[in-house]
Amino acid sequence: MLDQQYDVVSSVSTLAPPSSSPEMETMDPHVSKVSNRSGAQGKSKLRVQDFNFFYGPVQSLFKIDLGIPEHQVTAFIGPSGCGKSTLLRCMNRLNDLIEGARYEGNILLDDVDIFNPTIDITDLRKRVGMVFQKSNPFPKSIHENVAYGPRLQGLKNRTVLEEIVERSLRGAGLWEEVKDRLHESALGLSGGQQQRLCIARALAVKPDVLLMDEPCSALDPIATGIIEELLFSLKKELTVVIVTHNMQQAARVSDSTAFMYLGQLIEFGLTKQLFTNPAKKQTEDYITGRFG
Amino acid sequence: MVQQRHFDEELAELKTKLARMAGLAEDQIDKALTALVTRDAALACAVIERDHKVNAMDVEIDEACIELLALHQPAAHDLRLVTTAMKLSTELERISDLSESICERVIELNEEPQLKPYIDIPRMGSLARVMVKESIDAFVKEDAKLARKVIGDDDFVDDLMEQLFRELLSFMVENPHTISRAIRLSFIAKSLERVADHATNIAELVVYLVEGKIIRHTGPPGSL
Repeated sequence: MLDQQYDVVSSVSTLAPPSSSPEMETMDPHVSKVSNRSGAQGKSKLRVQDFNFFYGPVQSLFKIDLGIPEHQVTAFIGPSGCGKSTLLRCMNRLNDLIEGARYEGNILLDDVDIFNPTIDITDLRKRVGMVFQKSNPFPKSIHENVAYGPRLQGLKNRTVLEEIVERSLRGAGLWEEVKDRLHESALGLSGGQQQRLCIARALAVKPDVLLMDEPCSALDPIATGIIEELLFSLKKELTVVIVTHNMQQAARVSDSTAFMYLGQLIEFGLTKQLFTNPAKKQTEDYITGRFG
Repeated sequence: MVQQRHFDEELAELKTKLARMAGLAEDQIDKALTALVTRDAALACAVIERDHKVNAMDVEIDEACIELLALHQPAAHDLRLVTTAMKLSTELERISDLSESICERVIELNEEPQLKPYIDIPRMGSLARVMVKESIDAFVKEDAKLARKVIGDDDFVDDLMEQLFRELLSFMVENPHTISRAIRLSFIAKSLERVADHATNIAELVVYLVEGKIIRHTGPPGSL
């Protein structure tokens, strides 16, 4: 059960953005005032504000403050246990399921607090999809895996469903490989294909944000390369947040990178800046492999 | 906790190679100036002869850098060090080329009597030499302040070059027999001015290495 130690800032019962956005003092790599990095101004899709997170008595996130730019890939890097996956899982409230978990602060999706009690959590998770480290297709056909979500939402029109399945599989770069065996078991696909199927399954409900928790760590370099390429096309449609242990992957695919350590956000900036001239010594030590 | 890295040894080795190449380039310009002032053709020949050593080191450093980039994918300061090293070795190679060019003119000048006592050229030479030395020191110590001082010094060399050019021009106007020597001397002055420019380039690279800021083509030194 989550303790709700925050003021309810909005009575908006859906996640639709309000007509005017309040001024936010979040750390955003595209706002030079905050990060001291120059760059194009971009709208924040998600804003994490003064966010603390606790697993029972143990605090695992400390005063996290940042803005995830819309239609970009934002990477979270940091050593194991630094809190990057915890923060990611807060963004679609997956941590709600953990006994004793509690938080302080806000996370805003399009300026609406996702912890507002009036928020429909199913609606939130539809808008903020997630892909995990280990691919987890349902033990059903390829087609069923993708159609499952929309059908669960009550969509029965077969033609529309077929369109969604094709569009999602194309979006995940899998259509050409599976179009002739849509009704075969998803478990017969390779690891990389299964992971792309999970991406297609997430795309089927048309999310605004896709959270990816080390999506390539169980994949070979070819399958990894395909998913990395996919991110460049996905970000045109949605906002991607990726947690990765592979620093080169963060450097290759992301527009902005956040470095976390011991539950704190150490540095957040444009990826090209962070990897050539980081502002903090701790970041430099980590990305150059000096960190033990 | 900061970990020891094998990569640090390779970077240290790269820096040592660069320091050795810089020493060689510095010695080239030094000897070229001595050959000019003492009209020593044998020394001039030795400088010309030695240029290939600097060229070989340029290739060696380039190869080492490409290997480090390919195998280690360096980031942050490491990345700036490797990319700076690649550019720096080119600058040093050019300094040696210019020393060679000065020595070729020295040999030609030695075939005729000395045009005039050399005052401004050795002054220019010693200024340029100090700039090279300080830019290298700034690289080794990663001292951005010293690098900025070097960049400022370039103006003195440019002023001397201008002054010398006017003087040589008056020689040529007064007596056409001096033209070939005056032109050769102005080539030498131009080479020294270029040496100072390369020292400035090295200094700018040092600022990038230390601060991650590219200051090339950004205006006069006061604006850095």
